[in-house]
Amino acid sequence: MKILVAVKRVIDYNAKVRVKTDNTDVDLTNTKMAINPFCEIAVEEAVRLKESGTASETIAVSVGPKSCQEQIRTALALGMDRGIQIETEDSPESLSVAKLLAKVVAEEQPDLIIMGKQAIDSDNNQTGQMLAALSGIPQATFASEMKIEDGKAVVTREVDGGLQTVAIDLPAVVTTDLRLNEPRYASLPNIMKAKRKPLAVKTPDELGVEMKQHTKLLKVAPPAERQAGVMVNSIDELLEKLQSEAKVI
Amino acid sequence: MSTYTPPLQDSTFVLDQLIGLDQLCQDLNLDEVNSDLAGVVIEEAGKLAADVLAPLNIVGDHNGPKVSDGKVLETAGFADAYQQFVENGWATLTGPEAFGGQALPNVLGTAVNEMWHSANMAFGLCPLLSQGSVEALIAHGSETLQQQYLPHLISGEWTGTMNLTEPNAGSDLAAVAAKAVRDGDHYKISGQKIFITWGDHQMASNIVHLVLARLPDAPAGVKGISLFVVPKFLLDEQGQPGDQNDVCCISLEHKLGIHGSPTCVMSFGDNGGATGYLVGEENKGLNYMFTMMNHARQSVGLQGLSISERAYQQALQYSQERFQGSNPDGSKAAIINHPDVRRMLMAMKSGNEAMRALALSAAADIDRAHHGDAESKKRVEFYTPIVKGWMTELSQELTSLNIQVHGGMGFIEETGAAQHYRDARILPIYEGTTGIQALDLIGRKTLFDKGAALTQLQTDIQATVELLNSAKNTELNALGSKLGKALSKSQAASQWLLENAASDKQLMGNVSVDNLMMMGYLTGGWLIAKSALLADQLSSEENNYGSPFLNAKVATADFFADHYLPRVGQHAETILSGLKSTFAIDIDLL
Repeated sequence: MKILVAVKRVIDYNAKVRVKTDNTDVDLTNTKMAINPFCEIAVEEAVRLKESGTASETIAVSVGPKSCQEQIRTALALGMDRGIQIETEDSPESLSVAKLLAKVVAEEQPDLIIMGKQAIDSDNNQTGQMLAALSGIPQATFASEMKIEDGKAVVTREVDGGLQTVAIDLPAVVTTDLRLNEPRYASLPNIMKAKRKPLAVKTPDELGVEMKQHTKLLKVAPPAERQAGVMVNSIDELLEKLQSEAKVI
Repeated sequence: MSTYTPPLQDSTFVLDQLIGLDQLCQDLNLDEVNSDLAGVVIEEAGKLAADVLAPLNIVGDHNGPKVSDGKVLETAGFADAYQQFVENGWATLTGPEAFGGQALPNVLGTAVNEMWHSANMAFGLCPLLSQGSVEALIAHGSETLQQQYLPHLISGEWTGTMNLTEPNAGSDLAAVAAKAVRDGDHYKISGQKIFITWGDHQMASNIVHLVLARLPDAPAGVKGISLFVVPKFLLDEQGQPGDQNDVCCISLEHKLGIHGSPTCVMSFGDNGGATGYLVGEENKGLNYMFTMMNHARQSVGLQGLSISERAYQQALQYSQERFQGSNPDGSKAAIINHPDVRRMLMAMKSGNEAMRALALSAAADIDRAHHGDAESKKRVEFYTPIVKGWMTELSQELTSLNIQVHGGMGFIEETGAAQHYRDARILPIYEGTTGIQALDLIGRKTLFDKGAALTQLQTDIQATVELLNSAKNTELNALGSKLGKALSKSQAASQWLLENAASDKQLMGNVSVDNLMMMGYLTGGWLIAKSALLADQLSSEENNYGSPFLNAKVATADFFADHYLPRVGQHAETILSGLKSTFAIDIDLL
């Protein structure tokens, strides 16, 4: 069984997010970048399936400029077998990424594609669903548990009302939620081995995908600064403030 | 509770720019190692340090190990953390490939060790002692001992200890009294050893004690001491831990700091003699210990940086959360806005960055020396007492500043600021006190070669002064002038010492610590100034650091020059006074 995992390079979740002074975008100059945490969970799941003998090969693919090779290397250091970088400019939109990934899926013919349910930078939660649709294969999103049984993926999904368990035919797309697993730390021997693992670079042209931008980023603004609290003297005053100032009741 | 953030950017800057890691690895014929790989190694080690080891630091301080029936039970949580450390292969970092190591350069191991000790120094001592045992066995162990012990020590599956000190043999190892008696192909060891760090615990399946002991017919003094391997569990036919050897921990010390690290009184041979195996030849034990000295002493110096870095991070965080006094607009001021608090933070930051530059430079020289570079070997010899002596002394001041930033909240234990200060206090003591380092620097490293290594260092510093003076950036010119002034003051004192101290042992001992501190501030000031020079050069080209970091490097070097470099002149003045007053009055008047 072959598993494909998509990994996205995003701002490190520990790093402080700054907005550019002209409000055009988030300022990423010299900011620490990392694998999107949901993608890291996807990598962990793939590596576990490989370790348990269920999977025979695991591939990490990332879309972006050359710098995203760092995140592919990290995935390789966590135990993935080989990497593919699809060279594009920064921040292609979800649909373009899904189209590129669909081509890779067509080439590689994986039995399972595991992806993060969303990336912590743009929080779109779209690419996995789009990829499943474009590839014409089943999907199970927000996975908190997954088993491979009799050629099917049995996936427990975190839905609004609780947990839903579905069985889907393979090949399929599964997107990960936070509770699927706890990713490991990269081990030193695997970091050393990662350098020698193959990493192929492809372009949208080679894959026959035309990169189009359907959305335009108009403005990015930081959240309003939190105001200092005030002490109120009575319940009445509190109600008055909630009504007239906070306008929440 | 204080969190720990690995200083990835500064470590990377020092490794890649100041040390020139790519060139170093080429020189060492390490084809597969480069700055990219080093960056990943540091980042991943940093995750384990910050997430797993750092939270256990305060736990170890509050709940130290316990001993019962000769067995030490380490702090809860340490065993799991150690297992993760071993499973992730971190113990193997610098070990030779032949025994399962990753054979990465010492300088990278040093950058990683900095993080273990910042995260949890009491924990970090355990793998540190194992590294020492590994080095001893690689250098002097027979092939059999190497095959039996090295793979397990390098993997971290077993840990190592150093058993040198006895109640009457501390700095003076000539007084070692533990006995070794020949018994067929091995020896029977008996005696008591004290201050044995991680002498017993349950985290690993075996413990390999390296023990100094004396044979019955050995010459008196330091020339009659031999080194033995004494495993906690004797190896069975498969080379696995079997029967318990005649060694146990009889008590644990109650200490000022590093509570999480069991400091054991070890008893050997209570039931007829512990089985020991000779390392190398008889009566050469002390020489063998000295071959490990550079690395061991530099490691302790590094702990001075580690603990100061952790203290700095805590002070930085607290100073932004604590509001006292007002800003000009009337709003409450975070104390970081108060000039004196800012001064203390800068004193910590600049001290740490100078120490990091020195620790990694010295570590890289060990790599070059191992590779056969004679000049680097001399430089390592010269640096080692400075790294150990100066950095651990400076850590006293910097961890104290963290308490000062906290004010009264630092003096109470709940904030954890006091822990770093208490933990740091051992550093100028173990692995050779500051006094011992100072005598080493002035005697064996300066007077003995008639100042040759010193002159080479002065020449290198002068070269940086000239580069700073001719730079386009006026800030660098100012830095060059301050460094040049400190250099010439130190040169006057050093010259005077070369002319007067060799013939006067009392004078030599009297001014030795001033000489050590003078050389420390000078060398640290030089390397941070050199870093500023590189930062300035980088800022005009495309780089991975960004102008805020590079500008900060120049400003931090400038702060060091204003705040610490004048101390070079002060120590020089003290040296030139000859300190006759030290012995001016009789003992009964003291």
